Amino acid sequence: MLKLLKKMRLKEIIMAIICAVLLLGQIYFDLRLPDYMSELTMLIQTPGSEMSHIWNTGLHMLLCAMTSAMLCIFCGFLAARIASGFTYVVREDLFQHVSGLGQQEMLGFSVPSLITRTTNDITQIQMVIAMGLQALIKSPVMAIWAVAKILGKSWELSVITAGFVLAICLSVLVIVSSVIRRARTVQRLTDKINRIARENLTGINVVHAFNAEDYQDEKFEQTNGVMMKVQLKNQRIFAALQPIMALGMNGLSLCIFWVGAALLSALPAAGMMERMTMFSNIVVFSTYATYVVMSFMMLVMIFMLLPAAQVSAERINQVLETKSTIQEGTQKDGREVGTVEFKNVSFRYPEAVQDDLTDVSFKINKGQTLAIIGATGSGKTTLVSLIARFYDATQGEVLVDGVNVKDYTFDGLYNKLGYVTQKAVLFSGTVAENVNFGENSKEPTPEDTDRAIALAQAAEFVNKLEFGKEQHIAQGGRNVSGGQKQRLSIARALARNAEILVFDDSFSALDYRTDAALRAGLTEQLPDITKVIVAQRISTIRHADKILVLDEGRVVGDGTHEELMKNCSVYREIAMSQLSEAELA
Amino acid sequence: MKKKNQMFSALGKVSGYMKDKIPVVVFALVLAALGAVLTIVGPDKIGQMTDLMRDGLATGIDMQAVSKIGITLAIIYGASALFTFVQHYIMATVTLGTSRRMRGDLSRKINQVPMSYFNRTAQGDVLSRITNDVQTLQQGLANSLPGIISASAQFVGCIIMMFVTEWRMALCVVVVTFLGVMLLMLVMTHSQKYFVARQEHLGTLNGFVEEMYSGHEVLRISCAGRKVNEQFLKFNQAVYDANWKSQFLSGIMQPLMNVIGNIGYVVVCVVGAALAMNGSIAFGVIVSFILYVRLFTAPLTQIAQGMTNLQTASASATRIFEFLETEELSDESDKKDTLEAVKGEVSFDHVHFSYPETPDKVIINDFSTHVKPGQKVAIVGPTGAGKTTMVNLLMRFFEINSGSISIDGVPTSQLKRENIHELFSMVLQDTWLFEGTVRENLVYNMEGISDEDLERVCKACGLSHFVHSLPHGFDTELSDSTTISAGQKQLLTIARAMLQNSPMLILDEATSSVDTRTEAIIQRAMDELTKGRTSFVIAHRLSTIKNADMILVMKDGDVIESGNHQELMDKGGFYCDLYNSQFDQAV
Repeated sequence: MLKLLKKMRLKEIIMAIICAVLLLGQIYFDLRLPDYMSELTMLIQTPGSEMSHIWNTGLHMLLCAMTSAMLCIFCGFLAARIASGFTYVVREDLFQHVSGLGQQEMLGFSVPSLITRTTNDITQIQMVIAMGLQALIKSPVMAIWAVAKILGKSWELSVITAGFVLAICLSVLVIVSSVIRRARTVQRLTDKINRIARENLTGINVVHAFNAEDYQDEKFEQTNGVMMKVQLKNQRIFAALQPIMALGMNGLSLCIFWVGAALLSALPAAGMMERMTMFSNIVVFSTYATYVVMSFMMLVMIFMLLPAAQVSAERINQVLETKSTIQEGTQKDGREVGTVEFKNVSFRYPEAVQDDLTDVSFKINKGQTLAIIGATGSGKTTLVSLIARFYDATQGEVLVDGVNVKDYTFDGLYNKLGYVTQKAVLFSGTVAENVNFGENSKEPTPEDTDRAIALAQAAEFVNKLEFGKEQHIAQGGRNVSGGQKQRLSIARALARNAEILVFDDSFSALDYRTDAALRAGLTEQLPDITKVIVAQRISTIRHADKILVLDEGRVVGDGTHEELMKNCSVYREIAMSQLSEAELA
Repeated sequence: MKKKNQMFSALGKVSGYMKDKIPVVVFALVLAALGAVLTIVGPDKIGQMTDLMRDGLATGIDMQAVSKIGITLAIIYGASALFTFVQHYIMATVTLGTSRRMRGDLSRKINQVPMSYFNRTAQGDVLSRITNDVQTLQQGLANSLPGIISASAQFVGCIIMMFVTEWRMALCVVVVTFLGVMLLMLVMTHSQKYFVARQEHLGTLNGFVEEMYSGHEVLRISCAGRKVNEQFLKFNQAVYDANWKSQFLSGIMQPLMNVIGNIGYVVVCVVGAALAMNGSIAFGVIVSFILYVRLFTAPLTQIAQGMTNLQTASASATRIFEFLETEELSDESDKKDTLEAVKGEVSFDHVHFSYPETPDKVIINDFSTHVKPGQKVAIVGPTGAGKTTMVNLLMRFFEINSGSISIDGVPTSQLKRENIHELFSMVLQDTWLFEGTVRENLVYNMEGISDEDLERVCKACGLSHFVHSLPHGFDTELSDSTTISAGQKQLLTIARAMLQNSPMLILDEATSSVDTRTEAIIQRAMDELTKGRTSFVIAHRLSTIKNADMILVMKDGDVIESGNHQELMDKGGFYCDLYNSQFDQAV
């Protein structure tokens, strides 16, 4: 928490200091009220007091109350600005930091967890700061001040007050701490309930097809039952909190008056003046004692709230302290144009026991097409993701335009690349915004956008849309079909005017005809662009200049379609499974 | 007014739902009111005590009378605390039990509504009803309801006691308080719009963050970091603005209430002092009024807060009952027909279908075909032609508008849905795995599956190597963080369907994420499995279905061609075109 608080801007720190000063003022004026009250008591008890005195005192009291109110409102204003400003900074930091993380760290945290950290956890902290800041300053000062006021007045009553404070705080502490521990369990169970219901929803077809309704219900009921039991325990204990606090407060004022009466009657009847002082002391005491108890209760509550914020703060710090394993280089330009080379590259995911890629080497030149084919899990996607530095090679070198990808600045590298991911990703925004997403070496003209859309075979459906290129795409591209999504994400890569295009199994979602038209377009219109294509269909890649056949992370074949048909059994097997003998000839 | 009505109708439904618990709840509410009323007596008694002390200042204090009042008060406070505790305890027990029942009912309901319901309703929406809405309602009922009742009792009691004690002072306090409350109302109505704005801006920000984190790779390769950050800053700024405003306004509510209390305090002191000087009241009256002021202003905030909470709770209740009252699948307990040993003859007879919410958009238009037992039927055609819909109709996930589908001559509408489901093993386009071990995912709700069965099926699907390379084999936990490829996920669902071992088989793009070699392995296993079984296969890759007995070519909800591969190729129609497009460049 403290570590996170260091992020506070100067503006907020100054506001916090002002806020603290104002709070002190507020407390001062609040505590003046009982003073005036005892003055009034004296006035009433003293025969022959003037009415104007009373009005005068009343006016002072009113002024005090009003000043305190003004200060309080201003403090509230500052506290709100501080809490919101602070979370503003943390949220921005966190978002920027996450944007800079590598694929590996992203997977490590998991995207949903990062989202909660950026939103929920920060809100959590904000709440504590907004509520706690004032109370944290106010309660101890208030408590000390109030104690000071009553300290000299009567040791008997002081002892009683101290006893009550101790008893109330202890019981609050016990109740809240036992509840908080279990509240975390409830949170976990809620997540679990959510998960089970979500599973049922996403797999609703399967659930029905397997007649597994009862199975799901039972699974749900189990967690549901546990959840209720834990909650029940919690809320039953919690039921004692309010009555105990009320009993404590009421009991304290009763005790003060009762014991006060006894003390009073013990004083000698002759000392009228002493008795008078004692009496007004008792009245004042009852008010201050309440302040003391209240401030202590508030303190206890805050200390109970802090751990929750602490957990959130830790979760945020964890992300902020994670350094990206992918660090930017300094090189802006390459030595060659349009080449990709792997030199004895091996790759292993962290904590994996086996290499995902072993000793891969190849080179392609400007304008050539490299195809990569292989079974599910043979490492095709891993191979191309090394080109875009989603990961760094464990061994060996990956060179683009003759320079190690690690030496490039991010902009330098990505301006050379147009990359289409396996899973098509679209963002909310118009079609044109999606195609022109991000920044480029040069600003795209509307003609560039049109060309990219046409080349990606998306022009037909884009033109049919009500608003054409300006049509709005919903979050995650939910209002377009899978094939359309894939075509737009291809258009996005094409619009980058890159030297090298990488397609990670981007054609599988397209039907054969679109696939063929797209490839023909690429060959005709972009002859100078180097292309790397991961594919499953032989028909997609049979005209590539070079085909790499991967099997369990190793290159088992390397050559053209004809060469591989002759000398690579794995390739032949794949081909045979798709096309008949006659078609292959 | 409309809002109020809605609130009462929702709460009415809640009370209907927990009918048998109502007496207990009423009892608890009575306790709440009692507990509150009892504390009101306090200030009066303390005032009396003070008077005793004051009167005795000169002479001597009547300690006996003081003790009597003290003991009475102690009993009253004790009883009040006890009542409050019992009330909280009862309410917690009742409402938690009810919310458990509600969650269970909601979860069960998921499997009872027609599939088309989820075409209209987002998944997250249903989930939030199960968790958030039930929780909000529970808290609303357990806290707000008794809170409002006890606060009201306290409020009314206070007014009465104050007027009984001293009407002039009472009048002053009431006037001051009401002026203050008017001011508060003004702030509250004003702050409402900032709360709405905050929720909205936070929602947009969450959406944006989710989108950008999920598309992290694309962000990177598009060099979009700077632009995205600029956008984020805009959203963040909007959240900041709405945030501090709403927080400021909500934060000053409590202090404002305190101030009103303080001003009331001042008024009581001054007016009381003036009256005491006149000799028209005793000093004890002032002391009791000081306590009354606190007892009187506190319930007002409680009532205001309680009402807002109750309003949110009733909004949640509305959402819960809306889902619970959704029309369910038709009851089929009266259907007697069951099919057990089926031959696998399936016929579609003039089937028409369109989704209930879009009746004008015809999905299936006059579909007829006859499938002989043991045939392998392939359905091909462009996206949106209605291939998956056909399968869904066969499984009765949706009900047809007219025509009939029959199995072994029995119309499926005369069979129970469970019976139909039993007849098919089904593998779907979307792979569905849940958090649990590999074994749990494979066995699912089936009974009597031995380890040998698992081994055999996994071998057939080419999964053996994968499963045995996992750290705990079949007992390895699968979760979001486990890295398994799309192809492996698909293989697991195929294995699950294989274990089911039903007389007929449906494969809807079952092997689209699997490479062709693995597909061939599965194909062989499937062929073995489907020998003599009727099967329906939907596939993009035409190579997979070349050997089908019958290929149905669908376009725009109609079957435009049918026959086996050779017949369709000879015909030179749509299918031939589609097939040849695979080799366009080769020719």
